[in-house]
Amino acid sequence: MRLNLTLTGTLLAASLLAAAPAFAQGSGSATLDAVKARGVLVCGVAGAVPGFSLPDSQGVMRGLDADSCRNVAAAVFGDPSKVKFAVTTTQNRFTALQSGEIDLLVRSTTWTLSREGDLGLLFAGVNYYDGTGFLVKKALNVKSAKEMDGATICVQPGTSTELAISDYYRVNKMKFTPILIQDLAEIQNAFLSGRCDAYSTDSSALATFRATQTNKDDFLLLPEIISKEPLGYVVRKGDDKWFDIVRWTYFATVAAEEMGVDSKNVDTMLASTNPDIRRLLGLEGTLGKSLALDSKWAYNVIKQVGNFGETWDRNISVLGVPRGINAVWTKGGLHYAPPLR
Amino acid sequence: MSGQTIDPRLANARSAPKRKLNISWADPLFRSIVWQVLIVGVVIAIGWFLITNTQRNLLVRHIATGLGFLSNTSGIPIAETLIPYEPSVSTWGRAVVEGILNTLKVAVVGIVLSTILGTIIGIGRLSKNWLVAKVAAFYVETLRDIPVLLQLLFWYGILQSLPAPRAAMKIGNAVFLSGRGLKFPLIEWQDAHSWALVAFLLGLIGTIAWNATANKKRDETGVKPGVWPAAVGLLIGLPVLVWAALGAPFVVDYPALKGFNFVGGGTVTPEYFALLLGLTLYTAAYIAEIVRSGIQAVPKGQWEAAGALGLRPGSVLKLIVLPQAMRVIIPPMTSQFLNLTKNSSLAVAIGYQDIVSISGTMLNQTGQAIEGVGIIMVVFLTISLSISLVMNWYNARIALVER
Repeated sequence: MRLNLTLTGTLLAASLLAAAPAFAQGSGSATLDAVKARGVLVCGVAGAVPGFSLPDSQGVMRGLDADSCRNVAAAVFGDPSKVKFAVTTTQNRFTALQSGEIDLLVRSTTWTLSREGDLGLLFAGVNYYDGTGFLVKKALNVKSAKEMDGATICVQPGTSTELAISDYYRVNKMKFTPILIQDLAEIQNAFLSGRCDAYSTDSSALATFRATQTNKDDFLLLPEIISKEPLGYVVRKGDDKWFDIVRWTYFATVAAEEMGVDSKNVDTMLASTNPDIRRLLGLEGTLGKSLALDSKWAYNVIKQVGNFGETWDRNISVLGVPRGINAVWTKGGLHYAPPLR
Repeated sequence: MSGQTIDPRLANARSAPKRKLNISWADPLFRSIVWQVLIVGVVIAIGWFLITNTQRNLLVRHIATGLGFLSNTSGIPIAETLIPYEPSVSTWGRAVVEGILNTLKVAVVGIVLSTILGTIIGIGRLSKNWLVAKVAAFYVETLRDIPVLLQLLFWYGILQSLPAPRAAMKIGNAVFLSGRGLKFPLIEWQDAHSWALVAFLLGLIGTIAWNATANKKRDETGVKPGVWPAAVGLLIGLPVLVWAALGAPFVVDYPALKGFNFVGGGTVTPEYFALLLGLTLYTAAYIAEIVRSGIQAVPKGQWEAAGALGLRPGSVLKLIVLPQAMRVIIPPMTSQFLNLTKNSSLAVAIGYQDIVSISGTMLNQTGQAIEGVGIIMVVFLTISLSISLVMNWYNARIALVER
């Protein structure tokens, strides 16, 4: 699937060539109308990264990215199961979104200026503040990335990691040999077989990769984080309403965690007198209407998927990755929701 | 024939009567003109629609277009480069050139090796030796029945499972084989070597010229002057003399284990080697069949007639059979060369950075999907047409000249 890259590229180019622009009417958001008419949200994920998106033994997609998709489905339909997960590669993800093949992309994708400026994309929110790291075998006796001059490094092509490593080695006046393989399983295999000295990608993915190895104590995550990789929700440019829906769905999950509203206590919270909570749950005000959604949109998200902390604990904490800067701002993290009013 | 002689039959020949075009559906000339105008019109209309619609869609989706991005800094690392490349300085255009060179590197070497191997196996299948014939047949039937992608992954897997650099297999302290590839000593290239190379090329031209003169002399006098002494002098003596005159520099750069990997010397990476091996072995199986069928297409009587003239078996093959077999072999051989070149795009699967791999990365990093795919198509079209041109020229040269 990942190998016929040219084919995918050609098809995507062809769909760009042929697709006529959708006409905006109804809610004022072409994407929302299309999603509602279809009855299901098509969400692009990686489909092979533990903790982010990986099918479980029942074939249900699990992970932070998968639950982020479910948040939006719950907000739109009141039913988080109305998501169709489309597995995308690092190389076809943007064209899939640009051509309208998917409605939303949540695929550990880094927010950068050129991706918004040149690709016709918008980042609606960040669900993971990440950074590029290095995973090495302990047998290599390396304690720092600074000792990695001359190393061979396994990395997936087409990622921001690829660019970050080039920059890091240039700044530190060191040399490295890249091994670039598109397929995730193949690149991990190349690292495990010793083709590379280090495997580099977002440190979150390295931590989860290490956690899923049987001999995980043989591996060491180097302390350096060499780049900023805010990973998030991506939508097409030109549909502001849809952007708002995705962005505020994320904010609602963060706000819920800030206020202590979670999937277990949300029904008792309906009796709360706190105006912030009442507005969040749609008991007061017209927040849902402002987004062209049901008034209980945020209630549905919290009740059916959970607040941001719950999604995090369910998917990431179980892999032994500390919350760190990914806590909400009230606990010293970077996740911060503007007022929902 | 001189230009002044006029064929008497043509001198008074009358030209055919001029046909008048009737604007009527019954007139075949009119019909054919209408159809041609219509078809050309439809093709232009479709092309125009695709182009304008693409432009509109790109505009609607806020996607930048054009080839301007090719002069931007790429930033992507490339593992194997034939010309100097630095991610933080070099442009996307340079990266594309590296990709083209990497594709050519595997295609050219692969075509040469698979032709040699395929010819040996093809002749082997016709051997009177039972074992040789069966081994060759087994090779052909196995290799061409397994998808080439699987073969590539298989070879790559095997090469990866070689020992780590620190435990590399070695020959002396010069050649090392490890999971990082094959390391071998290189002569440090200096100006003297370049001049020696120039001298060698001049010698080659001189040898060819001398051979032509010798052939002419043979036609005139029946005795061919010796070519070998001149060839040795020009091809070996001259370059050595030039090299010696420039101080005979000879510094060998040995690979040595330093830190994580070997430093110095030349490298054959596992990615390149797996791709080359996979493509060569796979294509050789097809070429073997083409060579076998070509030789079998020459009637048995030709062998017998040549034998009756007193030619030895080697001369029979060289002078009688192969020239005739070539006419059958060359056209399908061209297809195999094209197949090998196009199959080299499977490099993506095993991490060899050919033009498809680099353009794919570029497509993703810059988001220029249409341009990226366009570049891949233009590159492959150019390479394939070049191969076709050369092979067609060669085919015309060896074609049966009828008298």
